Amino acid sequence: MQFSRRALFGTTAAVAVAGTLAACNASPSGTNGADGDTIKLGVNYELSGDVATYGQASVAGIKMAIEEVNAAGGIDGKQIEIVEVDNKSDAAEATTLATRLMSQDGVIACMGPATSGNFKATIPVAQDNQVPVVSGSATADDVTVDADGVKEYAFRICFNDSFQGTIMAQFADENLSAGTAVIIQDNSSDYATGLAAAFTAEFEKRGGSIAATEGFTAGDTDFNSILTRLRGETFDVIYLPGYYSEAGLIIKQARDLGIDAPILGADGFDSPTLLELAGTGPLNEVYFTNHYSSIDEDPAVVDFISAFQEANGEEPNAFHALGYDLGKFVADAVSRASELTGEAVKTAMAETQGFTGVTGTFDMDENHNPVKSIVVIGLADGVQATSEKIG
Amino acid sequence: MGAVRNILRWLVPLGLAYGIVLALIQVGVINNYLFATMMTICINIILATSLNLVVGFTGQLALGHAGFMAIGAYTCAIITMRVDGIVGFVLGVLAGAVLAAVVGFLIGLPVLRLRGDYLAIATLGMAEIIRVFINNMGITNGAAGLSGIPRHVDWNWMFFFLALTLVFLWHYIRSAHGRRAIAVREDEIAAEAIGIDTTRVKVQTFTIAAFFAGIGGGLYASYFYVLQPSQFGFLKSIDILVIVVLGGLGSMSGSIIAAIVLAVLSTFLAQFTDLRMIIYSLLLVLIMIFRPGGIMGSREVSLGILGKVFGERKDPAAMVAPPIVKQDDEEVPSDEEVK
Repeated sequence: MQFSRRALFGTTAAVAVAGTLAACNASPSGTNGADGDTIKLGVNYELSGDVATYGQASVAGIKMAIEEVNAAGGIDGKQIEIVEVDNKSDAAEATTLATRLMSQDGVIACMGPATSGNFKATIPVAQDNQVPVVSGSATADDVTVDADGVKEYAFRICFNDSFQGTIMAQFADENLSAGTAVIIQDNSSDYATGLAAAFTAEFEKRGGSIAATEGFTAGDTDFNSILTRLRGETFDVIYLPGYYSEAGLIIKQARDLGIDAPILGADGFDSPTLLELAGTGPLNEVYFTNHYSSIDEDPAVVDFISAFQEANGEEPNAFHALGYDLGKFVADAVSRASELTGEAVKTAMAETQGFTGVTGTFDMDENHNPVKSIVVIGLADGVQATSEKIG
Repeated sequence: MGAVRNILRWLVPLGLAYGIVLALIQVGVINNYLFATMMTICINIILATSLNLVVGFTGQLALGHAGFMAIGAYTCAIITMRVDGIVGFVLGVLAGAVLAAVVGFLIGLPVLRLRGDYLAIATLGMAEIIRVFINNMGITNGAAGLSGIPRHVDWNWMFFFLALTLVFLWHYIRSAHGRRAIAVREDEIAAEAIGIDTTRVKVQTFTIAAFFAGIGGGLYASYFYVLQPSQFGFLKSIDILVIVVLGGLGSMSGSIIAAIVLAVLSTFLAQFTDLRMIIYSLLLVLIMIFRPGGIMGSREVSLGILGKVFGERKDPAAMVAPPIVKQDDEEVPSDEEVK
């Protein structure tokens, strides 16, 4: 008797658990991103964790863009609804959340993540669900195309790392008439090593030579030993691909040691922290490639900067600008799509011609990379003094 | 009869879990997102239960589990990217596990002579060394990591490796080896005095834990497409340790429950993007304040209903493994006693 009662209880419990699971899950199913009057777009960004600053800045830009689109009446009378998730700067989490956005929330396109590694982690999910993913800032060369060909559902709206390295080598040769360079690179970052390789290739092709290459690891704070070694070399410029946190210290310590050669960097320099770490004095003869410049006099850029400052109370950096362009780009693709499905939006994205954003005007090439110009910013006493569009 | 009952004790719940999930997938209740979360849970269970063998059952505070996981993950990824099909996957997972175990053995020999905090720091350093190696090797593609790793893990494979881990550890803890490990945890000097080679016991459990961490890593690589050295930093080891401590040191079922609870919590909190980490951390603090021994202490779930059906009354592990951390209210005399 007792036995059967327990068995009965067990069965009931099992059924109850299964039932609850089914009930929890029944509601948010469906793959149509356009039910009712809204169009759902996923935002899968690093809102916490190591690279949260990039994610948060990108999302601020995206939200501003989408609010503008919605305020202007949305797309064909439908408002855009953003489904925002935090991937904690973790690639596995980015994969899981991309799965959620596409299979459970039913978005028709996903924006983000900001960094190349995390973005790559979402591409196979996009392929499986036939929903495009677009990043505003994944700059690694092999993001949208690799040895196996172009990734059908992955796009980006920023130039890639090797392009930055190539342009900087061109700038060093043509604008600074440099013949010899030394490289100080962050060995722990694929971003920095990729830039250094591209710079070296182009610089040597132009007849320049690399006198020395020194490496450091993210998190280092004392660079006097490598800088003292470099002081013994003869060179015209220093190429310093890396992020602002180390670059700021390196620039300061180099100038303290009396190294006054121009220092060239990339978009990793674009942060107010660079000025805080290096100080105004050392930040002369410092040039870096970037996605846009805040001293650009293009009316679209001026309008964006003033609107952003009004809404957020700070000057937009490149991630804000790229996020803004990303939001506008996706909205543009959705409005051109023949129907509201991931497949149609993907086709529209691939066909993009002459899209104009804050970070430049571009066409999407067959490798899903934008064909756009690059800005070389020159600093004088820590503020942007010159900006030149190249490419 | 005892042996049969022992096997039934794990066969029945595992079989039920497998069948229920399979049925739910067939019916379509478990969508892709739930499934991805379940995969994370399963991998975390493998990592946490194996770490629990070292930290909970042998009493050695090791903080380097992410290092072994990284070895397993990278080995599996490198092999599956070169050998096609399911053969490459199985080969990759096993090779990763064996390599992790070998590294665990070699590192364990000198390091496990240390105690307490010193061991924690040494294992932490070891995991960092592994990560720096991966960061600088050509075959692992340095800091950029590997991407486009073929996905072979499905529910069957995941469940197979999960069950393998749990069944092995379950039997190991109840074997003479397991009892020696618990003896080392309870009192190392006394254990040595009755003739237990404590270093050998510690190295053995450490190597086994490294082996299963390697399996966990291999499954991770084969499910999540992308590997980067930064994923296997200090915080990953801590994440795994959090599951072990939260579930209860010396409780396998505690680790399983904690892995599930934390994943459900994290999934549920995903909707509050701004506050999720605060709420998550706050809940961890609260759980540790009110249940300092973890969710399960060092007890095991004896699967109440099923256990009684099969005539089980008491868990043998519970008898040899008293709680390590005493409840606060046991130590502080109550008001009545003070009066």
